[in-house]
Amino acid sequence: MSNVSVDAGDSSPAQGQPQNNNRRRFLTIATSVVGAAGAVGAAIPFVASWNPSAKAKAAGADVEVDISGIEPGQLIRVMWRSKPVWIVRRTPELLAALAAHEDQLKDPNSEVEQQPAFAQNQWRSIKEEYLVLVGICTHLGCSPQHLKDGAMEQYAEGVADGFFCPCHGSKFDMAGRVFSNVPAPSNLVVPPYQFVDDNTIIIGSEAEVA
Amino acid sequence: MRKYLVAAILAFPSLVMAAGSNYPLDKAEYDLTDKASLQNGAKIFMNYCLGCHQMQYQRYQRTFSDLGISDELGQEYLQFTGEKVTDYITTPMPAEGAATWFGAPPPDLTLVARVRGADWLYTYLRTFYVDEAKTFGVNNKVFPDVGMPHVLEELQGTPRETYEEVMVDGEMVERYVGIKTDGNGRLSAEEYDQAILDLVNFLEYTGEPSRLQSEAIGRGVLVFIVVFFVFALLLKKDYWRDVH
Amino acid sequence: MSGFLNWIEERIPMMRVANMHAIQYPAPRNMNFWYVFGFLATIVLVNQIVTGIWLTMNFEPSAERAFASVEYIMREVDYGWLIRYMHSTGASAFFIVVYMHMFRGMIYGSYQKPRELLWVFGMLIYLALMAEAFMGYVLPWGQMSYWGAQVIVSLFGAIPVIGPDLVVWIQGDYVISGATLNRFFALHVIALPLVIVILVFLHIIALHEVGSNNPDGIPIKHKKGSLSEDEKTKYEIHEYYTAKYDIADDVVPFFPHIVLKDLVAFSIFLFGFCYIMFFAPEMGGKFLEHPNFEIANPLKTPEHIFPVWYFTPFYAILKAVPDKLFGVIAMFAAIAALFALPWVDRGRVRSWRYRSGLHKVNLLVFAAVFVFLGYLGGTPQENWKIVASQIATIMYFGFFVLLWMYSKNETTKPVPTRIPR
Repeated sequence: MSNVSVDAGDSSPAQGQPQNNNRRRFLTIATSVVGAAGAVGAAIPFVASWNPSAKAKAAGADVEVDISGIEPGQLIRVMWRSKPVWIVRRTPELLAALAAHEDQLKDPNSEVEQQPAFAQNQWRSIKEEYLVLVGICTHLGCSPQHLKDGAMEQYAEGVADGFFCPCHGSKFDMAGRVFSNVPAPSNLVVPPYQFVDDNTIIIGSEAEVA
Repeated sequence: MRKYLVAAILAFPSLVMAAGSNYPLDKAEYDLTDKASLQNGAKIFMNYCLGCHQMQYQRYQRTFSDLGISDELGQEYLQFTGEKVTDYITTPMPAEGAATWFGAPPPDLTLVARVRGADWLYTYLRTFYVDEAKTFGVNNKVFPDVGMPHVLEELQGTPRETYEEVMVDGEMVERYVGIKTDGNGRLSAEEYDQAILDLVNFLEYTGEPSRLQSEAIGRGVLVFIVVFFVFALLLKKDYWRDVH
Repeated sequence: MSGFLNWIEERIPMMRVANMHAIQYPAPRNMNFWYVFGFLATIVLVNQIVTGIWLTMNFEPSAERAFASVEYIMREVDYGWLIRYMHSTGASAFFIVVYMHMFRGMIYGSYQKPRELLWVFGMLIYLALMAEAFMGYVLPWGQMSYWGAQVIVSLFGAIPVIGPDLVVWIQGDYVISGATLNRFFALHVIALPLVIVILVFLHIIALHEVGSNNPDGIPIKHKKGSLSEDEKTKYEIHEYYTAKYDIADDVVPFFPHIVLKDLVAFSIFLFGFCYIMFFAPEMGGKFLEHPNFEIANPLKTPEHIFPVWYFTPFYAILKAVPDKLFGVIAMFAAIAALFALPWVDRGRVRSWRYRSGLHKVNLLVFAAVFVFLGYLGGTPQENWKIVASQIATIMYFGFFVLLWMYSKNETTKPVPTRIPR
């Protein structure tokens, strides 16, 4: 449907002047408005068709992960909504190290909303031991590398373990918190997740608050 | 290539003849808004058809939600294969095995109602009859020599062709009058017809899940167009009044 | 604001083009409903392009995925079913309006001098449209897609010597296959739409150069200086036209008069279009054929193969001739004859309003024969139809032969110099 804007004043003077200019103006406006509404209505399906399809939604459904097999210090990757999600089983040493470098961090207390409410703590997780993060750099979307056992030292002095983004050099600690003076603006995202039991977590939804 | 064209052009009459029967089709008065009927049809499909035929383009979740069933109830009562409610409705039967057993793999049924039409399906599913000469012991009035067993026999009972004797030109002739069962099925003849109608209703739904939504939007759009037409016509008349 | 518009106008002549081709374009005031189909065809073309772009976003052109991806669009993409039905209904609507548009040209003699090229461009659009529609119908990869493609591509096998090799070359395989599907997809979404859009552009340029014909076939442009001031139109007409001719008081400006008329016609058309699209998109198996809801199976031909309805008249001609090569020749000749219409008709009077009764009968019979051929080509073969289609084929060509014969010395009514009031 096309938007018709017929301006009464524009048309050439015909044989005899228009009898009733108000009527013509009203009809012009009414036709234009209805036509414009039609155009907007016709656009709806085209805009809506860009939403995630049923297939994408099915693929984006909650993912159940068995975490019983993760070794201490190990990182596993699972796919959720076509994005890498990391699950790291942190050792007590790694957890203890989190407090040591907080002066180098941009947002040590996770004040920017990059996590569900349950993860707004120093270790950014439900259980201290298990870190769950969306493995996508908050700068421009690369997936950072997991550097451990001192490999992180070369990028962040005094920090043995962490995540380093090879694309533009952003750095994160073992709670996914971003360091100062790097391009990434905020901490890594913690997805919604919940523990079904001690060995199983579901990524994609939070436990309902009792 | 030449042979295809020849087939297309010359073999038309014979193709039509070979294509099957001219058995009169019964009208299937299905109703897509009847959720109870659709749910019953889905139940019959999942229990009797899905063993061999799949609906590989349709998801359980979409089906449940369109039929007014919650995911949990649907998974409990209607989903026997597949792990997730978001899965497509597929059959566990391997396609190669199926081709050997039945001569051809059982066709996907997502769109069967759009290929065959509701009346055809409704009549087809009610016109199996005992024919010991066939592999599966049954034949079909609408689809002669069909390579499919009568899986709904436990519902319908054993169907047999029935004839009556009539006088034609002074001679007694046997005339086919329909299918009658031995009465050993779980459903009466009327109940069976209704069950098949429900199944056909469900197949009509899966053939085009958007049908009801389409008609709902369509009514609004048509009213809107009439409004636009009235304004456009009045405006056009206003401008053309000076011309004539 | 006007400063900005002037800045643009000095660099690209937007207003000049708008004035010349729309706002101040002189359109005969007696244009009737037959004259809305060109506008409608343009609308449908835009619809096909836009919905086509959207379908391409989710369609997968491979033998393995094409059918499933169409069902994916129908079920899983938000409003995908609507966009697909807009496209499939649009395809048939395109041919409806184009056939009406062509018949309009025939009854009012719009192909006659000086509009021969206009007609030829129109016929080229029609030809490109047929190729576009055929290839588009292959893409869903249903049974009719496959076997329709099989039959149509096989037609090229009728060409002596190179035929069989040509068929393999077109298919890119020894049968219709994924390779064929892929190349048809490329042609359908890029090549042919581009050709059609360019041809439509040329069609409109040619139209505006020679001016619109009208139901009386009477020119509205007169020799410079031949009309008195009273006889000239009072509307403001672009100087491009008035510099060369005197424009008679028989015109209205295209905008708003004709545009408003088109808009009314558009809303009537849209009502019918939407009714079919929302309530009966298969149109009883005519717009979307039933066997095409079954995935292509190279081992099993459907019981009946028909092309989609808009090809069936030519398909009937093909089938009427009991020889493969001559059948194909007859079919293409049927289209070629339409191309030649401006030269077959040797008359000097355009509109059937002023031509002989014989001409009127000839035109009406031709239209009826065309529809009848469409019926014959689109229904299952029966014995009587073979003879009927042969007779109808002869009558189809008979139209052109008769026209050529009687148009030279036809008894016509006197044509007024001005459009009657």
